[in-house]
Amino acid sequence: MKSVQLVESEISVPINSDQDIVAARQKGRLLAITLGFSSGDATLIATAISELARNIVTYAKPGKVVLTVIHNSGRPGIQLVAYDTGPGIPDVSQALRDGFSTSGSLGLGLPGVKRLVDEFEIVSELNHGTTVTAKKWRL
Amino acid sequence: MEVPILKQGDFLIATVQAALTDADLLHFRAALIQQVVRCRSRGVVVDLTSLDVMDSFALRTLREIAQTIRLRGAETVIVGIQPEVAFAMVQLGLKLEDVTCALDLEEGLANLSYRSSSGA
Repeated sequence: MKSVQLVESEISVPINSDQDIVAARQKGRLLAITLGFSSGDATLIATAISELARNIVTYAKPGKVVLTVIHNSGRPGIQLVAYDTGPGIPDVSQALRDGFSTSGSLGLGLPGVKRLVDEFEIVSELNHGTTVTAKKWRL
Repeated sequence: MEVPILKQGDFLIATVQAALTDADLLHFRAALIQQVVRCRSRGVVVDLTSLDVMDSFALRTLREIAQTIRLRGAETVIVGIQPEVAFAMVQLGLKLEDVTCALDLEEGLANLSYRSSSGA
């Protein structure tokens, strides 16, 4: 008999400090493994969450990361949404270019995260905040 | 979470055993550099076998550690990066080009012994 596994379909993690970055990526990894993602893909998801949560802590805290289980013709996936109410990104296309940074960090946050996932979208409004949505489908 | 640092002859071995917050990483950087000075170490192995995520902050901190220790006249070898972590780092665009990496603790120590005996 197959055991029924209950998967929480939405997990919201408030992001205020560096400890929340670790909590968010650990929850993401656990969710990915529970959904049957390979451990390699779970690592990509956890790394993407770490970078998105880090952007919130560096530029726009407080914010939150919401992990949602999604489906596409029977195939499960994870949607990561990083919300903040920070200053917004003045030029999103510039922020998506490799090597661009305004805070003296490594400047590969957003383009790097885009490469870790299957779908990626940013909506940013000046003085209102930024929402980054990323999706990763199970193979 | 504190990273234990063990002294073995001229070398130090630091083993990351759990997820590290940014504050933990900065504390580790300070503690390791302090130990290098106190023990007059010739080299350091940082074992990342248990590290499950390397993001841009962790990478930057590791590079700073290696560069600082080099200025002190000692060498750093990073060992045990898991294949999945390595793949995620490459996808993210993170590079550790200027830092020596080795397969495991044994190879890391062998690398340091070779370098300190050849004076390289």
